[in-house]
Amino acid sequence: MTAASGSSSPAGTDERLLRTSPLRKLLGRPELGSVVGALAVFLFFAVVADSFLRATSFGTVMYAASTIGIMAAPVALLMIGGEFDLSAGVMVTSSALVSSMFSYQMTANVWVGVFVSLLVTLAIGAFNGFMLTRTRLPSFIITLGTFLMLTGLNLGFTKLISGSVSTKTIGNMEGFPSARKLFASYWTVGGVELKVTLLWWAGLVAVATWILLRTRFGNWIFAVGGGADAARAVGVPVIRTKIGLYLGVAFAAWVSGQHLLFSYDVVQSGEGVGNELIYIIAAVIGGCLITGGYGSAIGSAVGAFIFGMTSKGIVYAEWNPDWFKFFLGAMLLLATLLNAWVRKRAEATK
Amino acid sequence: MARVRTGVRAMGAVLAAVLGASLMGCSSTGGKRAEERAAKAAAEGGSAVNTPRWTFAMVTHSGDGDTFWDIVQKGAKMAADKDNINFLYSHDDEGQQQAQLVQAAIDKKVDGLIVTLAKPDAMKDVVAKATRAGIPVITVNSGSAESKKYGALTHIGQDESIAGEAVGEELNARGRKKALCILHEQGNVGHEQRCAGAKKTFDGQLQNLYVEGTNMPDVQASIEAKLQSDKNIDAVVTLGAPFADAAVKAKKTAGSKAEIDTFDLNPKVAASLQSKTLGFAVDQQPYLQGYEAVDLLWLYRFNRNVLGGGRPVLTGPQIVTSEDAAQLAEYADRGTR
Repeated sequence: MTAASGSSSPAGTDERLLRTSPLRKLLGRPELGSVVGALAVFLFFAVVADSFLRATSFGTVMYAASTIGIMAAPVALLMIGGEFDLSAGVMVTSSALVSSMFSYQMTANVWVGVFVSLLVTLAIGAFNGFMLTRTRLPSFIITLGTFLMLTGLNLGFTKLISGSVSTKTIGNMEGFPSARKLFASYWTVGGVELKVTLLWWAGLVAVATWILLRTRFGNWIFAVGGGADAARAVGVPVIRTKIGLYLGVAFAAWVSGQHLLFSYDVVQSGEGVGNELIYIIAAVIGGCLITGGYGSAIGSAVGAFIFGMTSKGIVYAEWNPDWFKFFLGAMLLLATLLNAWVRKRAEATK
Repeated sequence: MARVRTGVRAMGAVLAAVLGASLMGCSSTGGKRAEERAAKAAAEGGSAVNTPRWTFAMVTHSGDGDTFWDIVQKGAKMAADKDNINFLYSHDDEGQQQAQLVQAAIDKKVDGLIVTLAKPDAMKDVVAKATRAGIPVITVNSGSAESKKYGALTHIGQDESIAGEAVGEELNARGRKKALCILHEQGNVGHEQRCAGAKKTFDGQLQNLYVEGTNMPDVQASIEAKLQSDKNIDAVVTLGAPFADAAVKAKKTAGSKAEIDTFDLNPKVAASLQSKTLGFAVDQQPYLQGYEAVDLLWLYRFNRNVLGGGRPVLTGPQIVTSEDAAQLAEYADRGTR
């Protein structure tokens, strides 16, 4: 195992001594396609929607992007590692529910609930990873199972404990203000509202990028995604790597869940369904390959940004929202085409 | 190597062409839209007032393609045409997303805002922000309890508890003993209130059943399973018109004798009421909710008028039975009832 060379070439081993021109190096970046796409979407909405370029609108778009981006970063890592997590969307809701209901029922300081929720959410992530590596079934099946089970548990437990489909408010409990500060505060800078989720997002993307490009674990992720058996043969701990990736998703789900809880005091048990696909879409638009072994965390951030711009841009452009999903699907297709092309180019010029 | 390069170049050219074409496709869409807008503006010469062209935005908790919200929109659009209003509509069934859409409307500096408070806690902050920004807010459909507290001018809709109680009483009058309440939107507080209200006044036994509202075959299968497992159920109450039809089908396959009743009206429900396939429908008059919301916002902008005297303006419940159905069928057909 060679130490990470710092080169951006993801599969890079033997070619690392060759001198490549900066342009080719740029073309080899997984997120290039998405950056081009993001620019196109930005320019497009800047032209068709007059309120899109306002500073306040920017705050709204960034907030929308950050709520997706927090989850998209670990999901991207997981996809580079060759796996899916369909339970990521409802896991966010589960995490918020656990935190809220534990605090309320035990009349405990809110921070206790937050901590218990972290443990529970990580346990769900570990369960996903453990089941996957143990049974060797496709992650699609395993996490689909978790997804459905969590959806049921969310509603079942909430109804059982709170007597209604949403939790009771914890807004007046001890520790709430400080927890809100950490998970759901905002600053107003020149009339623009910047939410704390932006910091979480930036932090998670930075950590994910550092892990991916500068650590041994990052090399393992690329290796298990490129070919698990080959990776195992050269001594990569495949099981540990995959479980670690699922723990990463769980951690981000915890952050998102706490944000949800502390923004609104109350959690609706039925929410989160369908969001898992949005995270995957953001990662794919950002240059992750569905088959694994290729992609980047920064790309997922760009993907989330595109998603935020599109979902809010349609409102600013005063379009009929009936077409939103079509637009999203078309963008996903275009982004993947662009990525495929860029990647082929990069490989051909090596 | 050279061959690889030509291949790559050809492919690059094709992709660039695809990309270029798609970008051009986008801008042509914009052009066409602008054209349509101009045509629409020209056609709208017939608005009944000469107030400035204000922009009102409506943000609901509707899922994709919901008939009920189609009727609400129809009412709102008709009032908007009459009042010379530029009417915008957006929706999302997740609280957080709906709040973001409201925020987007505030960013756009609209002149009036119509929101639903199906998930009140998620909407609290953003509604407060709108009122602080000087945008008059009217709540519709759900959230009668929170509307005033959050600073809205008034609430237009049906008090869900009262509507539920009306259902319970009607079931009593029809001599029912064991009823099923079908909830098709998990987490919707209004739906919970309806079933709770019915439970309160109903003398018999009432059970709740949750179904996946966006998946009709699943709705039918769930009701079917329930009816098969409990033959004593003699009434099924669905909370939305499309689900009544699914319940009727489920009843047939399950061989149950239960009477199907529903909230809300659509052409099919009106027809089924006439043919007595359905017992009764509780109409909350969605057309009124859209129409009145836009009209009342206009009145507030124009004349600072507020309707309701600090209380919700009720649009329901109106119990519709086979006797009334004939007249309503015609209006339901054109999509305004």
